[in-house]
Amino acid sequence: MSSDLDAPRTLTPRAIARTRRRESLAGFSRSFRKSRGGMLGLVIILIFITLALLAPFLFSRSELDVTQATAAPYLSPSLSYPLGTDDSGRSVLALVVWGARVSLLVGLCATVLSMFIGTSVGIMSGHFRGFTGGSLDRVTEWFLVIPYLPLAIVLATVLGKSMLVIIVVIGVTSWPGTARLIRAQTLSVGARPYLERARALGGSNWHQMRKHLLPNVMPLVLANTTLAVSISILSETTLSFLGLGDPTAVSWGSILETAFDNGAISLGAWWYLAAPGICVVLVVVAFNLMGRAIEGILDPKEEII
Amino acid sequence: MALLEFDDVSVTYRSGGVDVPAVRGVTLSVDAGETLGIAGESGCGKTTLTSTVLRMQPKSAKVTGQVRLGGEDILGMSWGKIRAVRWAQASVVFQGAMHALNPVQRIGDQLAEPILLHSPKTSKASADTRVGELLEMVGLPARRAKAYPHQLSGGQKQRVMIAMALACGPQLIVADEPTTALDVMVQAQVLTVLAGLVKDLGVGMVFISHDLSVLSSACDRIAVMYAGRIVEEGPAAEVFDHPKHPYAAALAGAFPRIGDTRFRYAPAGLPGDPPFPGDLPSGCPFHPRCPRAIESCATGAEPELLQVGDRRTACLLVQGASA
Repeated sequence: MSSDLDAPRTLTPRAIARTRRRESLAGFSRSFRKSRGGMLGLVIILIFITLALLAPFLFSRSELDVTQATAAPYLSPSLSYPLGTDDSGRSVLALVVWGARVSLLVGLCATVLSMFIGTSVGIMSGHFRGFTGGSLDRVTEWFLVIPYLPLAIVLATVLGKSMLVIIVVIGVTSWPGTARLIRAQTLSVGARPYLERARALGGSNWHQMRKHLLPNVMPLVLANTTLAVSISILSETTLSFLGLGDPTAVSWGSILETAFDNGAISLGAWWYLAAPGICVVLVVVAFNLMGRAIEGILDPKEEII
Repeated sequence: MALLEFDDVSVTYRSGGVDVPAVRGVTLSVDAGETLGIAGESGCGKTTLTSTVLRMQPKSAKVTGQVRLGGEDILGMSWGKIRAVRWAQASVVFQGAMHALNPVQRIGDQLAEPILLHSPKTSKASADTRVGELLEMVGLPARRAKAYPHQLSGGQKQRVMIAMALACGPQLIVADEPTTALDVMVQAQVLTVLAGLVKDLGVGMVFISHDLSVLSSACDRIAVMYAGRIVEEGPAAEVFDHPKHPYAAALAGAFPRIGDTRFRYAPAGLPGDPPFPGDLPSGCPFHPRCPRAIESCATGAEPELLQVGDRRTACLLVQGASA
């Protein structure tokens, strides 16, 4: 604490700000490393991200081509095929590793979109009462009561089958829950005296929302993001399982779909279903573990001096 | 010209289809370098009255009359104008300092907030310097700017709020029960800080409290409010030592002075509750609780606030005696 006070005053404000930022980041990672669950989640996610990034180097794209598959179909796990083979004789391991790319990308992008819409709508509907807030509430409720799956199916059908469409479909259909949550938190924060103070200071609505409401709902947004990532990945799996995904891309959902369609269960080819299924569960659990840890650290009330 | 003038100000809340008059026809003024105390029970309209200065009253409130700050009518200002006036010309020390600070921001950033809002071109360095000056003005070391609100004590937070009220060099400060949640030692500290600032900076101050003894030591003049009206107003020492209105007398008696024989045998306290503003008693609204009420208090018209010497009193007894 005292060391940075004694530091020579010749530093520019920018340098001071940069040092301060670096210090707070170091503090964050120190706290994060102490959380076992968070570290476990991070390790799992890092493994999957590494696999996804290295996919082209581990397995060439041609291994996904059914016409070039050399092995017999439904081989059980062995040394040459650690996760067995599928109905066309492709390595399930290669499929799962390539599938991680699509599943993670779609999950993350859709989450960013969903959180962005949900947080903006939530804060605005909580901050502006009267007509604006009311209208935003009605829109949120409208999206909330529409059954999610039929809407997603209709949208995916109308907009065509591509990865971008899947991202937009998941993002546009999954925000209302976030919006309600953020709205509730905004209302509770908005009733606190420091918002009255911000108003008395002469702050505009934008100032109040950006400086006071957003930082105070941010821990909730982050915690909700991790949940939303899980849900987005599950949604992607669901939509692909229903055959609405990009037909040219392999994702965990589409692997499950082909496995199910080809009767992997009745053939006893458990590895064909278990491998992508376990991947989905692992990633979902890992994001939740990480979210918990981040939430605990970012809450400034837990900082002790 | 007075710094702040309330001219026949009334505030009416609309609640569940019923009009609830919270403030009824208040006329008051504060000069620069003067401290005006407003006393009264909870719900008598103290905070509602002063909230009109920055136009901070809730949307359901209807305000009539005129509130003039430096000669300009606040109630007629446009939204952009009122935002510019807020804090730059009049600021508030809020009731609960513990909650008026954002828990997730360092207090230095919060002190800089009004400065940057009102002159956005201020550089980070000069804002930081100003924050340090403000903290030292209220007796806190400048390095506390790095602290979060929960790392400060209640008295320190209250002093941060006072520093914040000074940030833009306003002409008027409204202190809304600035010492209510504090213990007596810290209360004395905060009062000293406030009194020193009024003297050094020559700002006008409106000091709200239910504690008449605090007001009598901190203020030049005191106005006592009951049921949305002023019932007595005059120089602080006189109102506290020789209250004319029975309600002011009861309020003064509730804070006995140790060693003063006058308080030794005088019955302290007041029976009953203040009336609901939507359903006031006939005549003088204080008569059901008044120990000296006579028949005409209940049947006659509500007594007017009349000037006698340098005091204003709204009581039939006082007016009858002086007439």
